[in-house]
Amino acid sequence: MESPFDRNGLFSGLYGFFADLTPESFAWLAYLLAGVVVVFIVINGVMLLTAFETYMERRVLGRFQTRLGPNRVGPFGLLQPFADVFKLLIKEDLRPAMADRLTFFLAPVLMVAAILLVAAVVPFGPNTFLADLNIGVLFIVGIPTIATVAMFLGGWGSGNRFALLGAARAVAMLISYEVPMIVSLAGVLLLAGSMSLVDVVEAQRLPFIVLQPLGFFVFLVAASAEMNRSPFDLMEAESELTAGFHTEFSGIRFGLLQLAEFGELVIISAVLAVIFVSGWQNPFVSPDYAQWLPGQLWFLLKLVFFLLLFTWIRATLPRMRVDQVMAFAWKALFPLAIINTLVTAVLVVAWPEPEYGQLWIMAAINWAVAIACLVLFSRFLERHRERPTASVQLVEIPAEAS
Amino acid sequence: MPYGLGIAKGMMVTLRNLVRKPVTVQYPEQRVAQHHRFRGEDFVWYEERCTGCASCAKYCPQGIIKIVTAPSGEMTQEGEKYKLEVFDIEIARCMFCGLCVEACPYDALHMGSGFERARPRQSDLVITVDELKASAKKPSTWFRPQLQDRGYDPFQPGDDVSWQDAGREKSVAPTYEEMLQRWVQGR
Amino acid sequence: MVNLPSEQITINLGPQHPSTHGVFRLRVTLDGEVITDVEPIFGYLHRGTEKLAEERTYTQIVTLTDRLDYTSSMINNQAYVLAVEKLAGVTVPPRGQYLRVLTAELQRIASHLMGVGFFLQDLGASGTPLMYCFRERERILDLFEMLCGARVTVSYMRPGGVFQEPPPEFWPAVRHLLDTTPDAIAELERLISENEIVLARTKGVGVLTKEKAIDSAVSGPNLRASGVAWDLRKADPYDVYADMDFAVPVGSNGDSYDRFLVRVMEVHQSIRIAEQCYRDMPGGPVRSELPFFFRPPPGDAYAHVEASKGELGFYLVSDGGIAPYRCKIRSPSFINLTVLAEMLIGWKVADLMVIFGSLDVNMGEVDR
Ligand code: SF4
Ligand code: SF4
Repeated sequence: MESPFDRNGLFSGLYGFFADLTPESFAWLAYLLAGVVVVFIVINGVMLLTAFETYMERRVLGRFQTRLGPNRVGPFGLLQPFADVFKLLIKEDLRPAMADRLTFFLAPVLMVAAILLVAAVVPFGPNTFLADLNIGVLFIVGIPTIATVAMFLGGWGSGNRFALLGAARAVAMLISYEVPMIVSLAGVLLLAGSMSLVDVVEAQRLPFIVLQPLGFFVFLVAASAEMNRSPFDLMEAESELTAGFHTEFSGIRFGLLQLAEFGELVIISAVLAVIFVSGWQNPFVSPDYAQWLPGQLWFLLKLVFFLLLFTWIRATLPRMRVDQVMAFAWKALFPLAIINTLVTAVLVVAWPEPEYGQLWIMAAINWAVAIACLVLFSRFLERHRERPTASVQLVEIPAEAS
Repeated sequence: MPYGLGIAKGMMVTLRNLVRKPVTVQYPEQRVAQHHRFRGEDFVWYEERCTGCASCAKYCPQGIIKIVTAPSGEMTQEGEKYKLEVFDIEIARCMFCGLCVEACPYDALHMGSGFERARPRQSDLVITVDELKASAKKPSTWFRPQLQDRGYDPFQPGDDVSWQDAGREKSVAPTYEEMLQRWVQGR
Repeated sequence: MVNLPSEQITINLGPQHPSTHGVFRLRVTLDGEVITDVEPIFGYLHRGTEKLAEERTYTQIVTLTDRLDYTSSMINNQAYVLAVEKLAGVTVPPRGQYLRVLTAELQRIASHLMGVGFFLQDLGASGTPLMYCFRERERILDLFEMLCGARVTVSYMRPGGVFQEPPPEFWPAVRHLLDTTPDAIAELERLISENEIVLARTKGVGVLTKEKAIDSAVSGPNLRASGVAWDLRKADPYDVYADMDFAVPVGSNGDSYDRFLVRVMEVHQSIRIAEQCYRDMPGGPVRSELPFFFRPPPGDAYAHVEASKGELGFYLVSDGGIAPYRCKIRSPSFINLTVLAEMLIGWKVADLMVIFGSLDVNMGEVDR
């Protein structure tokens, strides 16, 4: 049987290195050491990316708001995330008297663990990944759900009503958004013919964003709800619930929750880059041609692009209300995802082995369907026919003589 | 507005602002310009001009100016001048309304332009007479049109205002000739 | 069907809460997310302004009025000095009146921008519209700094006029502001007023009917959003408003969106008025001389203005002394807040902040 590590260049290289050092009979030791080193690299790489992302987000958000953003610590404020972590570490770790000791302790840990676990299957470049799981796509939509449980534990366990409301919102919303998120990936899976993320990347002769515009849209929206980003940041809606489920967390527990939140953002952006814009491949030419840049760099560029996209969305949009968010998931996103899957299925049956040219025809059909669906749905969901600003009119009143 | 076009418009607005120059500045190194009429702390007070009339203390809505005077034995010819033994402004409670400055009939008290006098203890926030005497003579032009008309700028270094120049009248100190006129030839 | 036990929960929004616009507390009873009962509790910002006024001379009280609604000090100054002038029978030179109207309208723009910005912040926009509003407000405050040395607590007006002639550089600065602000407001409108999420969150939310608004003596933009064309600048013109040419935006639904849009449209009208003041500014003195300690004849006077939040009135009673015998302030925010509880019941927690934000109350004025 093929081991999941066989395609992993990083791992096999390290394994070879340690195997040379250790005696023949200690092969398991070399295996273990190589594994530990690779895991160490990946976890710290993700954490560093997350730290960089918090800095970038604050900086870019500042520029969107024509502010400066953090620029005091280190050159251009680059050391800001480290200063933040240090500050959180030396803060007192408060636990409210009403809090449940176990759940309050478990929530941040569980949340970080769930997020870091997803990093295991994300291919960061050719031969640069921890594991090529053959159910990778299922893994990346399934495991973050543990974070939802952690959120609920945290909110319920902190014995605060704001936190409880936030936790209740979290559970209700995340479970709803899991559904369109998974269904929106069905089209991709049909086209790729495999659930392994490495296979998905290699199957993209044309980036799937071109072939699956509707799927991309639904996944983008559902993912931003899943990771609790504006405009779906209901569970920590600061203008309503002060901080939602993490109202009571302070010190390094709060730091862990923030790490998990931004870590999820990084991971989801990575997944978007892998699934929809062909991961480590050059998205502008078919993989048969020159790649221009090393694969890891392509991946990083796409990752940063998605991070910036999410920052842009956050900078612009206000928050939706909880019932509107739910209605949006079930009335708009879910049917769109289903339609997308059906259309893709028909196309895949029609051209099981599409040529490069036929791919473009598929893309054209999908785009037509996507635009038609969006127009129809927005018509259907529209509540105000006339111009919204028409409700206020200027009135000329004659001035009374005083 | 169907089709999410309203959202798209908003996204374009934020994108346009991304490439704009930030409107904020990094405070301790850079400062936004203050107008020379700024009503700030570090009151500028001219001992030579002050008669100890205590109008400022009386006009202050907060009642935070404390004045104690005593005969000084100076200028006995012109009418003896009071010596200001205590002139405390408790700026912890000051709201920089400037009514004291507006009230001063001799243009002896002026607002300053500072705003950075934060102290950990409230009792440190009292400007005493010694501090007032020693402070830089850079009055704000608030309610002092004479300074404004001169084109004086409190933020220029080395542009201090001497007590003779601070007043609205032409020249306060009588010249020697005027003194002669007044006290010798006129008699 | 399983009979699950459920109970209502009570949460305290405030006194320290990210979006209560000051120190205000709402004790809200919730059934899930739905509000079933609201009890507003205020008084945390009470400073006894009315009592303090009895201990201050007429000029000194100007500094107290700055601190009522600290987002629109100019208009508070104006309301107060109008009452004193009525009491003492003082006339104001035309230049003083024009300057007052000009600054009051600039202050109205600043206050409305702040109201709109915080309203959008309550909607959950992560600071961007608020920052854009503040950017514009800041430029108006720069003008105030030029006029009177302070940005927020201005104390610019005095009984009998305004305190001093503006500096010469003020006029080009006003010109520049009037030229650039309409574009900035238009940008804000593009960002927000047709955004689908804003529409979904505010259209039809927190409706205040015309009858209810009139019965509860609601005033200002909140009243106009409910469809009542009532503006004191038109109904009882003070200073030189009678000569000004402007229209009054009037809503039709009385919902949060209309309240928001009325404010934005009023900003355009304020620019129009300021434009006319700039054009017609007469020469002459800005202040008729009054002694610092003056004694109005015994009697009483009430003067009201259209402040940015509604009708702001000062009722002064004089016993012939240097300080008023009694000073009563009719603050618009306080009276606008009385309808809040009723508007909230049946809406969700998320709507609470939207409705509260759309009323645009200022706690400094509510508690006085
Ligand atoms: S500025 Fe106002 S509060 Fe301060 S000392 Fe002068 S009069 Fe009193
Ligand atoms: S500063 Fe002016 S008002 Fe105050 S005591 Fe001196 S002269 Fe009088």
